[in-house]
Amino acid sequence: MSDARNQARAVLEGPDIHRALTRIAHEILERTKGAEKVVLLGIPTRGATLASRIAERISQFEGVKVPVGTIDITMYRDDLRLRPARPLGRTDLPAEGVDGRTVVLVDDVLFSGRTVRAALDALNDVGRPRAVQLATLVDRGHRELPIRADYVGKNLPTSKSEKVKVYLQEIDGRDAVLLIKGDDRPAAGETNGER
Amino acid sequence: MSTILIKSARVLGGEPADILVRDGVIAEVGPAAGKAGAAETIDATGLIALPGLVDLHTHLREPGREDAETVETGTQAAARGGYTAVHAMANTSPVADTAGVVEQVWRLGQEYGHCDVQPVGAVTSGLEGRQLAELGAMADSAARVRVFSDDGKCVSDAVLMRRALEYVKAFDGVVAQHAQEPRLTEGAQVNEGEVSGRLGLTGWPAVAEEAIIARDCLLAAHVGSRLHVCHVSTAGSVEIIRWAKSKGWDVTAEVTPHHLLLTDACVERSPAGPYNPIYKVNPPLRTNEDVLALREALADGTIDCVATDHAPHPVEDKETEWAAAAMGMIGLETALSVVQEAMVDTGLLDWAGVADRMSYRPARIGRLSGHGSPLEAGAAANITLYDPSVRTEVNPAAMVSKSRNTPYEGMTLPGRVVATLLRGRPTVLEGKLV
Amino acid sequence: MKRHLISAGDLTRDDALLVLDTAEELARVSERSIKKLPTLRGRTVVNLFYEDSTRTRISFEAAAKRLSADVINFSAKGSSVSKGESLKDTALTLEAMGADAVVIRHAASGAPHRLATWVRGSVVNAGDGTHEHPTQALLDAFSMRRRMGRIEGLKVAIVGDVLHSRVARSNVLLLHALGAEVTLVAPPTLLPVAVDSWPCQVSYDLDAVLPKSDVVMMLRVQLERMNDAYFPSAREYSRRYGLDRERFGRLHDDAIVMHPGPMNRGMEISAEVADSPRSTIVEQVANGVTVRMAVLYLLLSGSEPAIGGDL
Repeated sequence: MSDARNQARAVLEGPDIHRALTRIAHEILERTKGAEKVVLLGIPTRGATLASRIAERISQFEGVKVPVGTIDITMYRDDLRLRPARPLGRTDLPAEGVDGRTVVLVDDVLFSGRTVRAALDALNDVGRPRAVQLATLVDRGHRELPIRADYVGKNLPTSKSEKVKVYLQEIDGRDAVLLIKGDDRPAAGETNGER
Repeated sequence: MSTILIKSARVLGGEPADILVRDGVIAEVGPAAGKAGAAETIDATGLIALPGLVDLHTHLREPGREDAETVETGTQAAARGGYTAVHAMANTSPVADTAGVVEQVWRLGQEYGHCDVQPVGAVTSGLEGRQLAELGAMADSAARVRVFSDDGKCVSDAVLMRRALEYVKAFDGVVAQHAQEPRLTEGAQVNEGEVSGRLGLTGWPAVAEEAIIARDCLLAAHVGSRLHVCHVSTAGSVEIIRWAKSKGWDVTAEVTPHHLLLTDACVERSPAGPYNPIYKVNPPLRTNEDVLALREALADGTIDCVATDHAPHPVEDKETEWAAAAMGMIGLETALSVVQEAMVDTGLLDWAGVADRMSYRPARIGRLSGHGSPLEAGAAANITLYDPSVRTEVNPAAMVSKSRNTPYEGMTLPGRVVATLLRGRPTVLEGKLV
Repeated sequence: MKRHLISAGDLTRDDALLVLDTAEELARVSERSIKKLPTLRGRTVVNLFYEDSTRTRISFEAAAKRLSADVINFSAKGSSVSKGESLKDTALTLEAMGADAVVIRHAASGAPHRLATWVRGSVVNAGDGTHEHPTQALLDAFSMRRRMGRIEGLKVAIVGDVLHSRVARSNVLLLHALGAEVTLVAPPTLLPVAVDSWPCQVSYDLDAVLPKSDVVMMLRVQLERMNDAYFPSAREYSRRYGLDRERFGRLHDDAIVMHPGPMNRGMEISAEVADSPRSTIVEQVANGVTVRMAVLYLLLSGSEPAIGGDL
């Protein structure tokens, strides 16, 4: 479904995203006592980019270098069989590993919670963190699992038929979050904000 | 016996004429033949009348492999294909290498009466290529064997072949050679060329056929005997036979319908995927250049006749991996259609030519009396009525052969045998067995 | 759509790259302590091996198990197969077990194609007669790319019994698709007659090809071929086509040596070449598991396969 055919509304623009990430970075520093023993793990593709941005800010604010990595959740998804086999994303753990650390998972949109569930499973196979927290740029509600975010850029009330799309400079050439009015039911092969 | 009037048949594709058959013999052919009146009339409007077809190369499988075919089912298939006589190959179990076995097969043919069965005798005892079978005894038997062949195996020993060629002169016999140099074809699976290389199947080189044909032509010339070459499959073989004939040597040759239509590309690509053993046959399907050369040779008479090499196999012998599958395909019921497709509709042969290549010449090579005569007054009424105007999809389930291993399944082929008469008696009417 | 991996020709260039890239990700899994992934839970993979090939079977078994698939090993020995059961009947048995994929090794070229017409699952060819062995070619390409950093433009010499080699057939197709320049090197008796129609160069002279090669892949030569007069003696073969230390010295410094195994040390390859750091023979084995995981993942994880061909 194209943006043109459906009404697309920018709910966050570049400066909003900038501010949201800055706030999240501050909150992480606050909640983890200076980001001690924190590892940021982004969920590819856009979560990985967001994790890098947050790490940059933490470094700017406090001069702390937080290890950043990515964790691909494709192989742990619960909906693999609903769609054709898909390519894998990258899992790139920092050299420090995750054992005994506070892992902050970073994703762009929090929706049903299934992606985060998969990420927790994936994380479980690569080590044993002391604690796991979750940061998301947008929380659009409609959880299907008992999962909540520790750090939220923006809470965005949506209807289930709407779609949330995140654009990031590094990948898409611009920063924006769009809310797209869809049909009452999602079209085949599309999801509503989560991969 | 009764009288049958065939009305408005196009004899050898010519102008419509009536054919009056009385007591198994053609009484009159002409526009007014119908005046005499007859007990039974066959409306042959639009149909082509051909002399009853004669196959020089049929595997009836009886005795021994009655699960694949019997004399009864095989001759039924022959009648459906427009044949009035078939030569039954010797590679049965027991092998047709004695007067007893050939007489048994001949009698079975007579009893069932769908078409005449002329047994072929083995050249060597047990097809083992060591010792001559009792060729004279078979020639003198009730079956009056004139064609001898170890078909399926090559008489590769040059001395044995020379002796066989010489020996059969005594009763005007002919050795029909399955030309396959055994050492060059050990484990061979498909024509050696691009396809065999890509598919990783052991190659079956053309030279394995051509070398034997060249040797046998020279041997036949040397001893002044007749040679018949079975299922010629390569352009090189055609060249050698053309050369032998140009020398005036008494060499004849046959080609199968499948070698006139199919190529080894079928092995690589077919509706049922590659490696489908339905295309596994001896000699193997060759290349398009070979097919074109074979058609040309049949048209110019270098190759004398079409012979089906009808080779029935039960389904379990074909539903296997390629290497384990049996070689051969059935062909009696589709032969005329394939020849129309490959030779007539391409303009290479007219219906008179078809009569020559599928009836006159094979009967003459087999020294078969009462078959292969022109449709003229006084000839035995062996007649095939054929409708060349229809096109139908080949349906194995509709065949009467006991086996279903036709390579043409799903293909649309022209023509349909409407009626077959064996000495004036219909064996097939309206396309159905009588 | 049902798709299979029977020939390397079933893979487009994009398919092949997807397998290699997926394998690259999966290689990281092989390095961690928990090597298992839940991805193929509930899927059944049958290893149907009509030929003894412990290394290939174990490689596929490890690959399937690391993806949590249920693995059923069906070997010809000690089963109904040895009592003469036909391939078709065996296929119908597997079908009744609900196999999502059948990995087949068979002595007859084309057996996987036949199998694919009788079962509903995906068929993966683990070597059929003298035809193909596509996962071997994929792991060779993977090993090459890891060592050399690329495949496009690489000059690859494949040396030995090309006529009877399923590894050579699959490698020629795959490496051609990936943009490498392949040269087959063998005595004329061990090349198919129509090899000039293959997408590669052909040479009878190993010494002329070696200095220009980035990768030299040695094929196993079976001594029995000598009895069929493919070459006069093991000594003469080794002298003309074996990779010994002296020939190894003519390779440029970055060139690598590969062998699909099992090797005849002293015949097609000398022990010191096989054990040299520029030989990839050991890592080829490790890469085998990774590449086969990638193939199984791409064929079986989704609602339909992401790679492969139909019949």
